[in-house]
Amino acid sequence: MSSQILQLVLGLLAMPAVVLAIILPGELAIRRFPQKRQSSLRPWIWLSPVLALVGLVIAYPLAASIVFSFRDAMASKWVGFSNFVWAFGSAMRPVLVNNVLWIVVFPLLTAVLALSAAIMLDRVKYERIARTFLILPTAMSFVAGAVIWKMMYTYEPPMQPQTGTLNAIWTAVTGRMPIAWLIDRNVNNYALIFVAVWMSIGVATLILSAGVKNIPRELVEAARIDGAGEWSIFRFVTLPSLWPTILVVLTTQAIFSLKVFDIVYVMTNGSFGTDVIANRMYTELFVKQNLGTASAIAVLLLILASPVIFMNIKQIKSGGGE
Amino acid sequence: MSAIESRTAMSAPMQSTSRLGNRLKQVALHTAVFLLCLVWFTPVLSLFVTTFRSESDSSRTGWWYAFIEWRPVLSNYVEAIYLTGVGRSVVNSIVLTVPTVLGTVLFSAIGAFALARMRFRGRIALFLAMVGFQVLPPQLVLVPMLKFFLALGLTGTFIPVWIIEMGLTVPFGIFLLYGFFASIPSDLVEAARIDGASEPRIFFQIILPLSGAVLASLAILQFMIAWNHLLIPLIFLGSGSLSPLTVQVASLAQTNAGGLNTLTAATFISVIVPLVLIVTLQKYFVRGVLGGAVKG
Repeated sequence: MSSQILQLVLGLLAMPAVVLAIILPGELAIRRFPQKRQSSLRPWIWLSPVLALVGLVIAYPLAASIVFSFRDAMASKWVGFSNFVWAFGSAMRPVLVNNVLWIVVFPLLTAVLALSAAIMLDRVKYERIARTFLILPTAMSFVAGAVIWKMMYTYEPPMQPQTGTLNAIWTAVTGRMPIAWLIDRNVNNYALIFVAVWMSIGVATLILSAGVKNIPRELVEAARIDGAGEWSIFRFVTLPSLWPTILVVLTTQAIFSLKVFDIVYVMTNGSFGTDVIANRMYTELFVKQNLGTASAIAVLLLILASPVIFMNIKQIKSGGGE
Repeated sequence: MSAIESRTAMSAPMQSTSRLGNRLKQVALHTAVFLLCLVWFTPVLSLFVTTFRSESDSSRTGWWYAFIEWRPVLSNYVEAIYLTGVGRSVVNSIVLTVPTVLGTVLFSAIGAFALARMRFRGRIALFLAMVGFQVLPPQLVLVPMLKFFLALGLTGTFIPVWIIEMGLTVPFGIFLLYGFFASIPSDLVEAARIDGASEPRIFFQIILPLSGAVLASLAILQFMIAWNHLLIPLIFLGSGSLSPLTVQVASLAQTNAGGLNTLTAATFISVIVPLVLIVTLQKYFVRGVLGGAVKG
């Protein structure tokens, strides 16, 4: 325990110390140069801590992962494309299929629910309180969410009292057999996806609410005076003005579904046909200790995420980011 | 539809039917919002209630029976803290999170200051790289970082986790602060410069004090991220004596050690800090989320 406290104190002192130890001597060093040279050197002094950090944690792993993905389990010799052949082979296919399901269902369901919530909350006076209820799950870890929903999905054999909330409601309302939500292959992937939806609605609603409030009132009023009903106003005014914001939500959630790990790891650990790419990577890395296949999976994730990366860059470039 | 009718309709009967329609719509709206909040809150409530139920109660009946026969026990919390190592994990989570938050805010601030207030070649390219890096899957860093920190002999300390968590969030932090720093009026900075203030002085005495709110937004977001992350601490700290709450709760959930009710108490302990933060500091959380998302 005392070692932890020592590390805490060390960390708290080290962070400002590193920053000051680079900037202050750097500023002193360039003081002897002429003004013009000073202002061309200065940005690099100020940026050097960030460049070192991002270089180490992002740029170097990016390059190294690509190299490792072409090497064997111990990263000791070249194996060509065999890790990628494996990644697209029969062992990985059900995992990839599950991720496709995540990428399609999770962003759409989140966006539709969050959009409905944003539009409804905009019309009630207690918006802030209702919003707080939606944000609460967002503040928790996915681990906690997974524990909570494991309880919600609890399955007891038929005729036993159902202690899980969902099965208690299901058996009481329909009178049918309880459902093994996490084992039944017809529903278990959707059950996991819903946990992610439950945890993601808060942020998505915040973003879409801001979008809804930015729609000019005059636009809605004008449509109304022209005789447009609620549905046409939604279809021809709200939806088009919100479209860029909806796209932000959809792409963020699509990226999330690529890297989803915690929920699957805690709730099923990938069994009963629920495995996903990120959980499989953890298995390859720590259970099978194969650096090559684990890196190939990481590179696969990067390739899948790259359209969104370039789209974001393009949007900032053309938009008001600068 | 009924809104326009109620304003333009001439005859009294028509007006009253549309008023009834309006009424129904209002009822439907409030019901829908209420149901949504209920569905979203019930799982949280079920966790909270279960933490106070005994193991034997929980194995026989659902958590809602607590409202019928209220027999609260505190043994789940006692067991979670003393027997399953959750008390130690609280300390570990703090040691992991607090330096990460401080470092993220500092590094993002100096980076954003350079990018937003200095003119140099490569500035825009660097800024765009930060935009791209935000979306990178964290899985990409695992293998190379594990090899790197193993070679340095630093695994089993919090240093790799601080550095990796900072590295993953700083691109977003720079993006978030950039907009605010760029919007600070130049007159203010120029006036100080004419008075002979150095750049560090301008940064620490003008820019930072003006940016309290946006720095708080970044801090609260990074707090939530680092406190709630599982994958990075799972790999670099393991599930032994250094494990933070997420790792500890995940391993309890997977092994079923200690039973369901102890697990719920451990889980509730792990979420109480972020829950309190998001309710009390919601304003900063919302600003951070919006500042990072709706740009462009």
